[in-house]
Amino acid sequence: MAELLSQPFSWLNLIIMVSAGVVVLGVVLVFVMYAIYFERKVIGWMQLRNGPNRVGPWGLFQTVADVLKLMIKEDIVPAKADRFLFLIAPIIAYTPAFAIIAVIPFSENVFFADVNVGILYYGALSSISITGILLGGWASNNKYAIMGGMRSVAQMVSYEVPLIMSFLGVVLLTGSLNMKDIVAAQQDGMWFIIPQFLGFVIFLIAGNAELNRTPFDLPEAENELVAGYFVEYSGFRFAFFMLSEYVYIFALSSVMTVMFLGGWDAPFGLTFIPGGVWFALKFLLLVFYLFWARATFPRVKTQQLMGFAWKVLIPLALFNVMITALFKTISQAG
Amino acid sequence: MSEETKASSPKQPLLDQYVKLITEKVGETAIKEAYINEVNSHMPSFIIDKELWHDVALLIRDNENMQFDYLMNLSGVDYESYMEAAYFFYSYTRDEYLAIKVQTERDGGSVPTVMDVWPTADWHEREAYDLLGIGFTGREISRILLPDDWVGYPLRKDYKPYDEEV
Amino acid sequence: MAVRTEEMLLNVGPQHPSTHGVFRLVVKVDGERITEAIPVVGYLHRGTEKLAEDLTYTQIIPYTDRLDYLSSMTNNYALVQAVETLMDLEIPERAEYLRVLAMELNRVASHLVWWGTNLLDLGAISPFLFAFRDREFIVNMLNELSGARLTFNYMRVGGVKWDAPEGWIKKVEEFVPYMREKLKDYHTLVTGNEIFLARVKNLAIYDDKEAIAYGMTGPVLRGSNVKFDVRKNQPYSIYDRFEFDIPVGETGDVYDRYMVRMNEMEQSLRIIEQAVAQFPEEGEIIAKVPKVIRPPEGEVYTRMESSKGELGVHLVSKKKDKPYRLKLRRPSFVNLQLLPKLLVGRTMADIPAVLGAIDIVLGEVDA
Repeated sequence: MAELLSQPFSWLNLIIMVSAGVVVLGVVLVFVMYAIYFERKVIGWMQLRNGPNRVGPWGLFQTVADVLKLMIKEDIVPAKADRFLFLIAPIIAYTPAFAIIAVIPFSENVFFADVNVGILYYGALSSISITGILLGGWASNNKYAIMGGMRSVAQMVSYEVPLIMSFLGVVLLTGSLNMKDIVAAQQDGMWFIIPQFLGFVIFLIAGNAELNRTPFDLPEAENELVAGYFVEYSGFRFAFFMLSEYVYIFALSSVMTVMFLGGWDAPFGLTFIPGGVWFALKFLLLVFYLFWARATFPRVKTQQLMGFAWKVLIPLALFNVMITALFKTISQAG
Repeated sequence: MSEETKASSPKQPLLDQYVKLITEKVGETAIKEAYINEVNSHMPSFIIDKELWHDVALLIRDNENMQFDYLMNLSGVDYESYMEAAYFFYSYTRDEYLAIKVQTERDGGSVPTVMDVWPTADWHEREAYDLLGIGFTGREISRILLPDDWVGYPLRKDYKPYDEEV
Repeated sequence: MAVRTEEMLLNVGPQHPSTHGVFRLVVKVDGERITEAIPVVGYLHRGTEKLAEDLTYTQIIPYTDRLDYLSSMTNNYALVQAVETLMDLEIPERAEYLRVLAMELNRVASHLVWWGTNLLDLGAISPFLFAFRDREFIVNMLNELSGARLTFNYMRVGGVKWDAPEGWIKKVEEFVPYMREKLKDYHTLVTGNEIFLARVKNLAIYDDKEAIAYGMTGPVLRGSNVKFDVRKNQPYSIYDRFEFDIPVGETGDVYDRYMVRMNEMEQSLRIIEQAVAQFPEEGEIIAKVPKVIRPPEGEVYTRMESSKGELGVHLVSKKKDKPYRLKLRRPSFVNLQLLPKLLVGRTMADIPAVLGAIDIVLGEVDA
């Protein structure tokens, strides 16, 4: 797939690229549908319920039906909304989420773009989504929505900093921003979750906040802001916001798997199981964690959230970078 | 009430003490009637002149022999010839009860507010105003349970719904 | 340099996920900070007091169910208590025990709903379902007793309507240890949670003086370190026969109110345990009362401890079969008065936390 990028442009290549994109989109959509199903089942069990069990065997088609419903629902634009911005906001929120997937290597052979600045690309694109959320909140011309939008921006901007800084430890250890190189480095040594445990924890927390999920789901805080920034959205535009949230779960868990859990590297020498399966297992573990957190925690307050980012996570992340640099210098000198 | 039952009430000395206090500190005319409500676990009860009610209120809250710091309830009652605001007090420090009744005319009658004495009186007074049309002077008052444009006071005995036909 | 900001008027409710019904709060916010809050009530006003004037005493009982519909048993009792005081009735032993059992079970159920919804307001979704599972046991038991799951209409002037069915007492007995176990789980799940503590500690503090001045009663009063419970300080029914403590808080913040209610559930279980042990084998469940109840002329104010606070009934009787005036002193209505004061200076996120800690039921606020 990667060699396509270096070949001269041809119609055949374009068709291959587009169809590959469509395939990925399909995979992502199926993932999102079943992630929602998985989430509802897991949380259902944690809450002594059955979860969806009506549509299809074990309720497997529940989310399919939900998506179908959202698609045929009326697309309502409030009369006082800023129509143009209201319409494009979900797209702005979703597109970068999808674009991120391009740089994630799922196994040695399955990846789309071998970008040298993969991590930077991730950080850069994921902050574009904020624009979509803020626009959505603002364009709705709804007080709850604008509050949700404001909260969201404040939160995402704050948590972007520790998130990116927690990368730095890994980058220092590998000397590369390329995700494939990072996995390769872990295959030679140990998974970075061990030397970079602090970084992993910071990433986990900051990532959770980036995703706007419990306990950091303030932008949509149902009990305060009703639904936050997408309160006025319905039908497929609402689905787009939902979709981008779940695609971010997909992307973030993938990135975390690559950076801290050794990507497709098989533990204990169990190499007869293909790397893709290992990747999926580690990835699902992280996804499960996110759902688990949602079933367990209450929501934090805005001040607490910001205080936590600036007073705890960022100093910790800086400390982590410093220690890693120190360690590296000493080990190289010695 | 006969003299006999009065004497038998265990709260009679307390009532006499309150009467003495109020007449001394506020005035002879403050108490219109003082009695013991025997069914209601011998609760000392007073009917107070509405002109002096606010002074009495301050006295029963602050005097160390009264200390009624908690206004349990305020009910408005329509007795057809007059309106009554019935206050029920409890003293956390002395573990004693007290009932105060203040009477006013039916049409446009009002009672001095005690919101400044017991802040809890605020909504109670609004409720009495809302449902019975008892006015409270010395404060701003508006309806609380019913819409602001409601016509009439439903808890009055002669209340006829504005939209009876509906 | 100060940033120029604009205040915004936000209408929270009457349709809002965390106002627990049709309560409306008009808040002025500066960004997220609340500068003014005005509660607007009355959306559920049904005129219970007016309706009661045209109903016989027994007919009023179902109307009291619909006040605080989460603890109908205590409301039932509040009314019959006033009538019985006026009539000076002697209640049969067995009826008293059934009443206490029903009321205490109902108190636990009511607090469970509070626990679940309060945590839901704070953004934790699981406790809600946990609470409702355990409440289900109580609701089923009360259903067996009264034939209804929510609006029990169980008590009558002079006693109760139905005797306990076969094996009911055994069920109640078995429920107590079960619920104790579950309460431990609740504490593990929520009470020690750092985020929860950060949300509720030192939030919306008021001291005992303020609480009394504003007429706060029930857990919201005891949270501010006032050791007062009508069941203990002025025992009604047969509460003087049971041993139980009055849990109090120290600082008077939301956390203290939370702990008071949690401990109250345990105390209620203690009362249930003792009531089950002392439960008379047989006996009448209703006193000899005339078919048509005509309390003598007079006036009473009776108070009792409902799950929300002091539920008082001011009853004026003119020796008719219908009350001349029935005034209900609803604890939720009175407790709500302090809300605007508690909210000013706080943020939007605190609205559900503070409101949830007051624990209102709109059926009772609006009556």
